[in-house]
Amino acid sequence: MKHYDVAILGAGPAGLAAARVATGTVVLIDDNPQPGGQIWRGAPQIPVPAHVDFLPQTKVFDAQPGFTLQTVPHGPIRAAKLILATGARELFFPFPGWTEPNVFGAGGLQALVKSGKPIQNQRVLIAGSGPLLLAVAATLKKAGANIVGIAEQAPLGRIVPFLLRYPAKLPQAIALRASLLGVPYWTNTWVTRFSNGTATLNNGRTLNIDHLATGFGLVPNTEIAQLLGCRLDDGFVVVDSHGQTTVPGVYCAGEPTGIGGLDKALAEGAGQPYNGAFVRDLAQAFALNPALYDLAEPATLICRCETVTKAECQPYREWRDAKLQTRCGMGACQGRLCGPITQRLFGWTPSSVRPPLVPVPARYLATAQTPPAPESGRSENAPPAHR
Amino acid sequence: MPKIRCNGREIDAPANATVAALLPPLPGPLCAMGVCMGCRVTIDGRPHQLACQTLVRDGMEVTTP
Amino acid sequence: MTDVVIVGAGIVGAACAYELAQAGATVELLDPNIPGSGATAAGMGHLVDLDDDLSRYSVNLWHQLAPQLPKQAEFWNCGTLWIAANDAEMEEARRKPGVELLDAKQLYEAEPHLRPGLAGGAVAKGDAVVYAPVATRWLLEQAKAKVTRRAVTSLDEIQAGAVICATGAMTAKLLPELPIRPRKGHLAITDRYPGLVQHQLVELGYMTSAQGESNESVAFNVQPRPTGQLLIGSSRQYNVETTEIDPPILDRMLTRAFELLPVLRDCNVIRTWTGFRASTPDKIPLIGHLRGNLYLATGHEGLGVTTSLGTAKILAAEILRRPSPLPPAPYRPERFQT
Repeated sequence: MKHYDVAILGAGPAGLAAARVATGTVVLIDDNPQPGGQIWRGAPQIPVPAHVDFLPQTKVFDAQPGFTLQTVPHGPIRAAKLILATGARELFFPFPGWTEPNVFGAGGLQALVKSGKPIQNQRVLIAGSGPLLLAVAATLKKAGANIVGIAEQAPLGRIVPFLLRYPAKLPQAIALRASLLGVPYWTNTWVTRFSNGTATLNNGRTLNIDHLATGFGLVPNTEIAQLLGCRLDDGFVVVDSHGQTTVPGVYCAGEPTGIGGLDKALAEGAGQPYNGAFVRDLAQAFALNPALYDLAEPATLICRCETVTKAECQPYREWRDAKLQTRCGMGACQGRLCGPITQRLFGWTPSSVRPPLVPVPARYLATAQTPPAPESGRSENAPPAHR
Repeated sequence: MPKIRCNGREIDAPANATVAALLPPLPGPLCAMGVCMGCRVTIDGRPHQLACQTLVRDGMEVTTP
Repeated sequence: MTDVVIVGAGIVGAACAYELAQAGATVELLDPNIPGSGATAAGMGHLVDLDDDLSRYSVNLWHQLAPQLPKQAEFWNCGTLWIAANDAEMEEARRKPGVELLDAKQLYEAEPHLRPGLAGGAVAKGDAVVYAPVATRWLLEQAKAKVTRRAVTSLDEIQAGAVICATGAMTAKLLPELPIRPRKGHLAITDRYPGLVQHQLVELGYMTSAQGESNESVAFNVQPRPTGQLLIGSSRQYNVETTEIDPPILDRMLTRAFELLPVLRDCNVIRTWTGFRASTPDKIPLIGHLRGNLYLATGHEGLGVTTSLGTAKILAAEILRRPSPLPPAPYRPERFQT
């Protein structure tokens, strides 16, 4: 088993900033094919330092005290110190049609376009909440998309005071907006329905589009921190001024400690604390309008993996009960999508996390002590595909 | 330029593209970051592979659910 | 006063509620947790005839109930295929009553992914699988039973005509004088691989693991779910109280599974969990009167889902002083009283 002084989980801005200052033997682990995380996808502004072992396309499915990380495909990896820079995922929110084809996460569509998805002259509506929508619009526009509009659910009256409170962020916002000349930015606006290429807005307007990019903010990836027993507060990992969690030797940087974006990730990755007020103000400025909670209809899916509707979920007061009776949250994404939704819609408490954190070939659970031989190409042993 | 076959159809792929970038429409919303599992496809006979975290390789065979 | 209070709202408690309510009794269940969320949810829901009166009778009762169950209960008459690795096990298979014997060729036609070199097998066509948490809730709904979220610490303080203790492995804490020991099990479930496995697959050596008293054992037991997912078992451990996954035993359990079904090595596991069986020294449940107004329906080891329906019939007959559908003596708690 390989031993390191430091293991950094996540090769986004926080992880790369941490890698730059980490000493001793260091391993940097990420499940994507290239470093950079979501924001720098494939074009990191901090290169992977030469002294660091970088393991891309590597999934951590268990973390044990001591610390041992169980990974696919590299098997177990030991490290004396962990830096969790696991980033965040998008919050999706259900409305009629949200599971139709051609609906993407906002960051999701951005990532796909950066990864080679053709978007030229395609009509795209970007809808949801938060500063990410503008960044996504800028990327898509640059790639030749026809952005029909950006629908931001928060009211202008909350966004402007937020920007004025953080003048350092203003040039960035203005530059983004300038790059989106001619693209309408509608505040207090959201999609109430998407069907057959037509999006209906809450003001009654309909738009014919090829793609709908939707994201209502970010949800921190805290699963590994939870497995290790780190304390969370309101869903975020608690850290001290050095970035250490409540578990000695486990550090956390970036979005898992509070959604704050690039500057926060870079600071925390380098071991510096970041202004907590910004995180709070950002969350308040883009807090979800309760009207969004009523968009899903009885037949709207809540759990896409197991095709469970809102009507099927509604009788249950606890997630555990709903899981047992309807399978909501029991599918391949393991509740990553529907967990944050059901928490908001039904008040269900997210359940504790258990290994494996991601679907993992069974042999990795059976050979915990020795790494299985990595595979390549077609395997005669692969279970047959269905359909 | 690498070529892949998706559901029997040949597709030219840009270098460094992920498989997910080339798929026909799948039920959304796709996160493209390995979380939602909505882009899982069969690649070279292996089911349940995350298209968004797989780079295309010349000659790859992809089947969508 | 409620006629009957049932402590424990798992499948056994729910089946008792259903049976007694059918006879006109008013029933209340007490459980600190969600109905059907203990061993009922942790187990496989394999409805298996193990060549004894209670399991055979109970599997028949499940068949009678099946047409009424909601589709989410996923009753599926997939049968059990008992795998014979060698000639000695094939002899054992031949001794099983009411099965269809398979030679090696027929075995691989039935289940092509089993490892080469096996001798054959025996298919018990009456066996089935059910998703027990949904069946539990359905039984409770049919019984119109009141379910109260409450932890019971003393059975003697409950006011009712009859009190049924149906607390599974928790019985060891409530009634420590009984010879019931929690026996931990692990399970894993895979992604969907429709058609990969057609029957519940069990090695004949499973009975040695289940009925033996070894402190720690594993045996091959794989169940196809109607979704195409595969449940992989089984493990048995005494003297463990924590619910955490025990990686070495999971390793052993999966390694055993790969030996018989190599294709599993590359199947994605999406979840693993543990649960506790209520094990008695003779591996026969405790069904019947204990003392005062207290009755037992517990100690079902790995067969709680299967024998819940038969257990309820036997116990209801005793409480209601009606003729018992099976001779009740083998199940009576008094066999352990000195």
